Amino acid sequence: MYEGIVQDLIDELGRLPGVGPKSAQRIAFYILDADPGDVRRLAEVLTVVKEKVRFCITCGNVAESEQCRICADPRRDLSMLCVVEESKDVVAVERTREFRGRYHVLGGAISPIEGIGPDELRVKELMQRLADDTVTEVILATDPNLEGEATATYLTRLLRPLGLRVTRLASGLPVGGDLEYADEVTLGRAFEGRRSIDD
Amino acid sequence: MLRTQKLGEADRIVTLLTRHRGRLRAVAKGVRRTSSRFGGRLEPFMHVDLQIAEGRSLDVITQVETLSPFGATIGSDYRVYTAGTSMLETAERLVGEEGEPAVQQYLLLVGALRSLSTARHDPSLILDSFLLRSLSVAGYAPSFDACARCGAEGPHRSFNPASGGMLCTACRLPGSANPAPDTVALMSGLLTGDWANAEASDARARREASGLVAAYLQWHLERGLRSLVFVDR
Ligand SMILES: [Zn+2]
Ligand SMILES: [Zn+2]
Repeated sequence: MYEGIVQDLIDELGRLPGVGPKSAQRIAFYILDADPGDVRRLAEVLTVVKEKVRFCITCGNVAESEQCRICADPRRDLSMLCVVEESKDVVAVERTREFRGRYHVLGGAISPIEGIGPDELRVKELMQRLADDTVTEVILATDPNLEGEATATYLTRLLRPLGLRVTRLASGLPVGGDLEYADEVTLGRAFEGRRSIDD
Repeated sequence: MLRTQKLGEADRIVTLLTRHRGRLRAVAKGVRRTSSRFGGRLEPFMHVDLQIAEGRSLDVITQVETLSPFGATIGSDYRVYTAGTSMLETAERLVGEEGEPAVQQYLLLVGALRSLSTARHDPSLILDSFLLRSLSVAGYAPSFDACARCGAEGPHRSFNPASGGMLCTACRLPGSANPAPDTVALMSGLLTGDWANAEASDARARREASGLVAAYLQWHLERGLRSLVFVDR
């Protein structure tokens, strides 16, 4: 244990995802050693990001105004909707340059053991977006792991009665991984080779 | 494989139920990278043969071989997935960490997952049967015939989770349920493995049995099971 404020810093850092107690300590001492200007900039960015960035009212992606840049772009194809788990997956798909439609960010995957069911995700919002006939194809691009697969299975069952084309990214994406780690070529190919879910 | 949690950039902490060492947690390094040599073998439901090296704080998985790829089939059916998830959570809660061998719980879970992945019975029935048996192995066997308090021969009318099962008219406690006789027969069949009778049960008996099994389970676990409300019956 360190004195007061240093320990507070370590505790706060330790609450970040993926940061264990040892890393928290390392980052804390990096900050203590760092140039005061650098630290001030970091602090400012943290404050500003919380003030300015919100979630797109249409798709749930991070946005700097009411709508994100993709939803506000008139050149995007309105007939195609790509469903992903997180905003970082939007970035991964955009990198491939394969997809010109819009997105829907669920906010995670269905994971009953963590207390996350369909109602905890932006599923209702998805159904509302599909209420008119603008969208004709929904691409389910959830992570290629068990929870992503189960989420896609659930959504397929929900979407099929709407008479849309529902597709899932082609295999070739290694099972067990996170979508964000797929390289552009593999992910691009998975998009091209996406298959309809029929039965 | 019972549960996975993200760790750091690309690792996961996995919780597993082992035959000889009970429940344990270990680190799977780099498993979230799409180039990982572990592939999908460390996903929930997978039945695997593992090699683990002792690490500084947590053990580290060094090798994995698939015994039965239950995850693949279970993930492609939502009813099966939600029923299976509650089985994993129950096993996690009823087996102590790093403790005694848990051979019975282990075999029970593997059997139930096999039955789920081959769609041998209705997923909801498999789940309820697993819950009753897993509780029994853990020392909370319900009584569906003799009175759970005085031992008087059944059949009886009242069911009380806190008392351990059916109660005779003399022992009956306020707040007990009065399930239909065929519901009691169904629960008894699920506990003993009488699948012929279980499969013949009607929807009403199944629904009532599921509710009572859930009440029984929640009573005997300190905290309720998180995943049970999400089961798609
Ligand atoms: Zn948007
Ligand atoms: Zn009695």
